[in-house]
Amino acid sequence: MDLQTITMREALNQAMVEEMERDPNVFLIGEEVGAYNGAYKVSLGMLDRFGPLRVVDTPISENGFTGLAVGAAMTGLRPIVEFMSLNFSLVAMDQVVSNAAKTYYMSGGQFPIPLVMRGPGGPAARVAAQHSNSLESLYAYFPGLKVVMPSTPADAKGLLKSAIRDNGPVVFIENEMLYGISGPVPKGEFTLPLGVAEVKKSGADVTIVAHSRMSPLVLGALAEFAQAGIDPEIVDPRTIKPLDIETLAASVRKTHRAVIVEEGHRFAGVGAEIADRIYTACFDDLDAPIVRVTHSENPLPYARNLEAASLPNVEQVIRACKAVLYRG
Amino acid sequence: MPTPAAKSTQKPAASAGKVMPTLSALTPRQRRALEHIGQDKLVGMYRTMVLIRSFEQRCEQMYQQRKIGGFLHLYMGQEALGVGFLAAIRPDDYVVTSYRDHGLALARGIPAQACMAELFGKVTGVSRGKGGSMHFFSKEKNLLGGHGIVGGQIPVGTGAAFTAKYKGTDQVSLIFLGDGAVAQGTFHESLNMASLWHLPAIYIIENNQYGMGTAVSRAVAVRDMTLKAPGYAMEGITADGMNILDCYAVMEDALTQRRTAPSPLLIEAKTYRYRGHSISDPATYRKKEEVEHYHSVDPIGHLKRLLAETGWLDEDGAKEIESAVRKEVLDAVAFAEQSPEPDLSERDLHVLP
Repeated sequence: MDLQTITMREALNQAMVEEMERDPNVFLIGEEVGAYNGAYKVSLGMLDRFGPLRVVDTPISENGFTGLAVGAAMTGLRPIVEFMSLNFSLVAMDQVVSNAAKTYYMSGGQFPIPLVMRGPGGPAARVAAQHSNSLESLYAYFPGLKVVMPSTPADAKGLLKSAIRDNGPVVFIENEMLYGISGPVPKGEFTLPLGVAEVKKSGADVTIVAHSRMSPLVLGALAEFAQAGIDPEIVDPRTIKPLDIETLAASVRKTHRAVIVEEGHRFAGVGAEIADRIYTACFDDLDAPIVRVTHSENPLPYARNLEAASLPNVEQVIRACKAVLYRG
Repeated sequence: MPTPAAKSTQKPAASAGKVMPTLSALTPRQRRALEHIGQDKLVGMYRTMVLIRSFEQRCEQMYQQRKIGGFLHLYMGQEALGVGFLAAIRPDDYVVTSYRDHGLALARGIPAQACMAELFGKVTGVSRGKGGSMHFFSKEKNLLGGHGIVGGQIPVGTGAAFTAKYKGTDQVSLIFLGDGAVAQGTFHESLNMASLWHLPAIYIIENNQYGMGTAVSRAVAVRDMTLKAPGYAMEGITADGMNILDCYAVMEDALTQRRTAPSPLLIEAKTYRYRGHSISDPATYRKKEEVEHYHSVDPIGHLKRLLAETGWLDEDGAKEIESAVRKEVLDAVAFAEQSPEPDLSERDLHVLP
């Protein structure tokens, strides 16, 4: 396969550009996506390429333009809504939940909503409490929504193209801290199916489930794991909903131990659901209770030390692995 | 800005007495609408109003018999508004509304059977029994719902107007909302975007004067809601929501320019709901005299007198319509009764496409 090395930001841009070239009904709408070229430059050059009808700069009206996108999706278009930050999607929560997620069902299947709602989520760097929410468990709660969270440029491109082609609403959560990371991405047409996890690193001792920024965090600590005498298998769900429990369970059946890492809070976090699924699927295979590593139960503070003390880190993950390995 | 003609009809009911002069009291635009509509269509519109009234009365009864569950918001009193506006648009135009959606669905031509079956929770319903009273949808009739969150439909209808602009068609999108929804943020956000982008979005405030139990004067700071329009550099116009010709005329005028040069429009149509907000609301917050007054200017009675005066429909003709409508509604009830509930497999169907 012919590969290119590009950033996550470029990969997302390629996915949107290619899909808009392919399908004239696909358009991009959001704050600063056009003339400003995107708050995080994900839509760089797209206004020049497609014009203002298809790359639509909006006023600061998240609930309004998300609802507008739902109406456009009901009438034959395939909108991509960019939230400058997924945190601002909370302002649009009613349209996401009451309309995007439920209209297909409430209408008895008459109105599918082919709509992608994307943007950066999760904590960034010292942006404090209101700009640091991990909203995946919130959106994954609602039947009717798919939730996708890529951690590499290749996953970002392949999954975003599939999300745009999906006939239902997809919440596509990127990560600001990952926009600049580079990686190999196949050249030309390339898609990845939604709902398929990937074993990012094979290992024997313990299954570490990590999505979004937690995946490269753990993968970047292989030396520390080796030093601790741990050979982890690292699995990235990539799609939070529908969750690929088969791939996760297959890994746990091999390692007999699981650690789940997430940047969101512990209470009702995605890890709680994943743990439940693993317990249900392979209770007899587990040699230790599952351990979760999460954001602590506080709004994320600004102070550097408090922020660091709130978010998962490699040390905590290694400690969790030792716990499930009874090397306490 | 409200036109002078609009101003003259701002108080639809105040000038009307017990015996309302009809033909001679028509404004120029109402008279023009009468001529444009013609006998056959106007008699048809009358029939639709009678159908809505009869359908809603039957719904009340069916609710009391527990055939219908949940929330039930009735359209009685507002028939002229829905039928008048919708009679002036095309089948390929878009319509979206709130949870008070039965009347508009019937006016849009959705069969009474499919509406009643939906209320009975049957698979033959317009939303396969999965939506209920508040969520009537029809792909075929471009009815984009039936929305249960106040104001939630406003951006959705704006999106349909966006599609028309995007595809370069001459369709328009009619967005019905209650007076209560004017206070929601979606109203402001949608009108602003529609004006910025010159969308063919026509916002119709069905001002029935109460948001649930709150009189509009306690919820919206301006008395004349068309005053909202200039804030969005948008045209605003008042229609007499109790007069079907006035509603038709306003929509007809609105469309002549907007088919070719899209721009949004805000219409305030003053009307009155005869029943409470929903079936569980006895509407004790309204004075008896007020309710009686509106019954005296009943929109169906008004059109009936007008049709008699023009000689387009005599008493026998009206009786024929009433009996045909009665039969149609009873048929709808029988159809709903006899229809099967959704198969249990439907529970998991239509979650994801």
